[in-house]
Amino acid sequence: MMNKFTFLNPDRSNISSVLITGIFFITIGILDVLLNTFFKLNIISFLPSKISFITPFILGIIGFNLIRIEYTGIKFIDVINKHINPSNFNAALTLIIIFLIIKAIPPSLSWMILDANISGDTKEACTGTGACWTYIKVWFKRFMYGMYPNEQHWRINTAFLLVIALGTFGLFATEKMKKFLALYYVLIYPILAFMIIYYLISGGYFGLEWIETGAWGGLSLTFIVSFFCLIFCFPLGMILALGRRSSLPAVRYVSIGYIEFWRGVPLITVLFMSSVMFPMFLPEDFFMDKLVRVIIAITLFEGAYCAEVIRGGLQSLPRGQYDAAKSLGMGYWKMHIFVILPQALKLVIPGICNTFLALVKDTPLIFVVGLAEIAGMLALAKTNPKWLGFAMEGYIFAAIIFWIICYAMSKYSYNLEAKYKTER
Amino acid sequence: MTESIIKIENMNKWFGDFQVLKDINLEVERNKKIVVCGPSGSGKSTLIRCINRLEEHQRGSIVVDGTELNENTKNIEQIRAEVGMVFQQFNLFPHLSILDNCTLAPIWVKKMPKKQAQELAMEQLEKVQISDQAQKFPGQLSGGQQQRCAIARALCMQPKIMLFDEPTSALDPEMIKEVLDAMVNLAKGGMTMIVVTHEMGFAKEVADEVIFMDEGMIVEKADTKEFFANPKNERTKLFLSQIL
Amino acid sequence: MKFRILSYLFFFIGCLDLLVKILYGNIFSDFTEDYYEIANPILVFTPVLFFSIGGVFLKESKVNMSIENFGTSRLKYYSPQFICLAVVVLIFLFFTFNAQINMENRGIDFGFSFLNQEASFDMQFSLMDYDGQDPYWWAYVVALLNTLLVAVLGIIFCTIIGVIIGIARLSPNFLIRNSAAWYVEFFRNIPLLLQIFFWYYAALRALPLPQDATPLFGVTYLTIKGYYMPAFIWNNLNIFIYSLMAALIAIIFVRYYAIKLRDTEGKQLPVFYISIILLIFLPLLAFLFGGVSLIFELPVLKQLSATSFIYDGGIAVPPELIALTLALSLYTATFVAECVRAGIQGISKGQKEAAASLGLTPNQVLKLVIMPQALRIIIPPTTNQYLNLTKNSSLAAAIAYPDLVLVFAGTALMQTGRAIEIVSITMLTYLSISLAIAALMNWYNKMIEIKEK
Repeated sequence: MMNKFTFLNPDRSNISSVLITGIFFITIGILDVLLNTFFKLNIISFLPSKISFITPFILGIIGFNLIRIEYTGIKFIDVINKHINPSNFNAALTLIIIFLIIKAIPPSLSWMILDANISGDTKEACTGTGACWTYIKVWFKRFMYGMYPNEQHWRINTAFLLVIALGTFGLFATEKMKKFLALYYVLIYPILAFMIIYYLISGGYFGLEWIETGAWGGLSLTFIVSFFCLIFCFPLGMILALGRRSSLPAVRYVSIGYIEFWRGVPLITVLFMSSVMFPMFLPEDFFMDKLVRVIIAITLFEGAYCAEVIRGGLQSLPRGQYDAAKSLGMGYWKMHIFVILPQALKLVIPGICNTFLALVKDTPLIFVVGLAEIAGMLALAKTNPKWLGFAMEGYIFAAIIFWIICYAMSKYSYNLEAKYKTER
Repeated sequence: MTESIIKIENMNKWFGDFQVLKDINLEVERNKKIVVCGPSGSGKSTLIRCINRLEEHQRGSIVVDGTELNENTKNIEQIRAEVGMVFQQFNLFPHLSILDNCTLAPIWVKKMPKKQAQELAMEQLEKVQISDQAQKFPGQLSGGQQQRCAIARALCMQPKIMLFDEPTSALDPEMIKEVLDAMVNLAKGGMTMIVVTHEMGFAKEVADEVIFMDEGMIVEKADTKEFFANPKNERTKLFLSQIL
Repeated sequence: MKFRILSYLFFFIGCLDLLVKILYGNIFSDFTEDYYEIANPILVFTPVLFFSIGGVFLKESKVNMSIENFGTSRLKYYSPQFICLAVVVLIFLFFTFNAQINMENRGIDFGFSFLNQEASFDMQFSLMDYDGQDPYWWAYVVALLNTLLVAVLGIIFCTIIGVIIGIARLSPNFLIRNSAAWYVEFFRNIPLLLQIFFWYYAALRALPLPQDATPLFGVTYLTIKGYYMPAFIWNNLNIFIYSLMAALIAIIFVRYYAIKLRDTEGKQLPVFYISIILLIFLPLLAFLFGGVSLIFELPVLKQLSATSFIYDGGIAVPPELIALTLALSLYTATFVAECVRAGIQGISKGQKEAAASLGLTPNQVLKLVIMPQALRIIIPPTTNQYLNLTKNSSLAAAIAYPDLVLVFAGTALMQTGRAIEIVSITMLTYLSISLAIAALMNWYNKMIEIKEK
């Protein structure tokens, strides 16, 4: 399938002349594009515009063709030939990519870094033609914490640190306590986390000022919601996964019905349901905070996806484990709590990481029901009369933050998966 | 005096900087059976893969049935249709039934009508004693049955030469015999065969010539009886003492 | 055996129920009017409930999971199920009860008659004629069509981009391979919502105003207000369609004949080229002799006011649609690319070698050996991604593209206040689409399964 049509038939006999001509052509091609982009010079401007557009490309192809010799003995040329120059088609694609990079990256870099402003406090400080990072600097606290009062930010930070610390508890458990790890994560940890967030962030007790959930916002709200939903949807998913694999028909069908229902509807309708339908379904005077309703809705939603992930783990356990436990006289629950679940949970951790990742990426959606997490804060900042016209900076900033977090998490879960594969 | 059907002269092959075949000279006459043996990494598989151009050689010449193999070979597919190959990993097509596996190439390469191709396929499957499995799929058969099907599939192209690349190395011991039996039958039928294998029993029974390779070179080449009775080279003697 | 009897019993009750309702209407209406009207729809659904329960029992009877096989006491078998069902029923009753009270207190009633009322809002974009005087159910249909339009466009583009990127990921060319890898990492890790925002609020806002736009391909204009294309105005469109259909039928016959020819004589027809010729030739005949003609209505710059221009005539593709389709395609293409890569990598090298050693040309190897196996691996997860794309299209609500969620569960809901009915209809619509595609996928998988021991 590779097009080995090499005209002028370069081979080792005329190696020096061919190499020099080839490299010369390639350099001219790339140089032309470089000069065009940066200095707006056109060294072949004597040709009509359409042809001068194509010329660097053709020069490059001819150049690559000429240096395509097998085993020249020069390490550099051989590496290039093997990797980016095996055929004319490949050489063409390579040139296109190089040109695209030249045309796209430097302007973006200059907009983002070279011409950008970051100092100062007001709109006037943004004088250059580049990005106005001052805008981000000024709004940073809002993007992170929403409308939460500035002096109380330490509460959010402490709460997050505590919760993460408790979460890594499993790494330090002694051998004796490893048995109860599953119980810890499924039952104790959610309750502890809930209490931390309730008492610390919401406040109202122990001398801390009470801050209503409407004031929570920004990236911290995104994480609070994702986190809460994850730790609550994990037990829910587990119950559903067990239910789906149960041999009791009623239990099985109820689980299947639940899972298929929540997996078939988009998240935005679930959010609408939570904000509009839930109040109808609850007794007249029972008021539930909007954030709580949203968290419950998302938990129910993600629980179905968690259930599928955990079910995958349960299915991939060898049958022998079930047989062995049963033959030792263990009942259903004993078997699952002490034998099956600890093993299955280790298998599903990468899958749960992926679910968490998807959850973090889906959470910005809650702004359509009025909760001002980061997308909502961006919308707010964008329309502020003092700072009009900086939409691009805001979105790029949010995109960079999310990208870093999600990329790090996905690499982590990928490594975990590789580690567990080799451990077995 | 039969003419050579395969003629390899001064063949050299490199993988990058590493030379895997050094100055190979080999002539194979029609209806002869050749067994190639040697330690792993000696280049035996690469040698026979060069014969049907699954690998390309850099220096020297390979002539198969009068046609030289080089990069100007216009119709490499026609050459390959004359040379059948059986792989260590069987490589049957899992999405086709056994019968379809065998009729695929005759229909699409030799442009045979379907009925004729099916009759030919059943004939070959009979020869390897597996015609009752014709409607099954590869995933439903054991290793030995799959390898026999692979042999039948190659035979359906009615090749002049059959190449075998360690055909029994991936099989459980109890299945090796059925595949070797099929190969012995084929040999008795007069096919030109080149077999890379460690099964010396097979070599003694069927081969006309045995070649020992080590580190990319043909170390010793002799008639079967001579080879086993009087190995001349030290390395050959060492190898034989290890596997016999 | 017991289960089967139970299933027949429930089927029978369901039929009775249905019959009674059809013949006599709701005979319980006197009874329930005193209570709450919400009981009406529940009574309508009871035949469905009975049939489903009957179906469940029928399936269970085939699976033969009777209590004898379960191996434990009757109590352990029946009580968890009873508790489970009781909990579910209790929850439903609790919600229903509260809903009735709430609705009565707020003076809202439950019913679907509002669907016939006049929807008094306009839609910026619709595939079919719609204005403020059409009823709500028509608004639903038009909005659903908008959603399907985005979904179909998104699926087409994400497939093309995904396949290209997936294949590029396996290229031996270092630059191509890494560029594709970075594409996947980049677009996969940014939330879809942000990508939609970026395209809509940032990228498309940078497009020129109508009066400053330079034409692409001479007749189309990419502006901040949308993409303006010439409209096709057909004369005798039906004749053109007939010619296309005739070409398709002819192609089917040619294929059939080619297969027969190959089976009987071994000769092979160049079916591909013949098909192309037919597809061009027959419609051409329609143009020359059938009286079909095609005029283009070009978009023309029109001045609305001192500073505002717009293009009149032609087709206007709104920027919301462009942004949504672009974001959805680029995002979902990353997942499709991974599926394609897994499919192609899943085919062992030996397959290619074996096929080549039989003398098959590279094209034949691809068509007969590689693609059938690769597609079996690629198609199921890719269909899952298509489903995700359809569900994600509901994000259109964030940028005011009139899809099902925005129009129906947004505007209509705010106007009529019928929360339960509207949200239920919307969720059921998406649920039906998902279940239909999942069922189709299961059927397809069963059909093409590679048989193993």
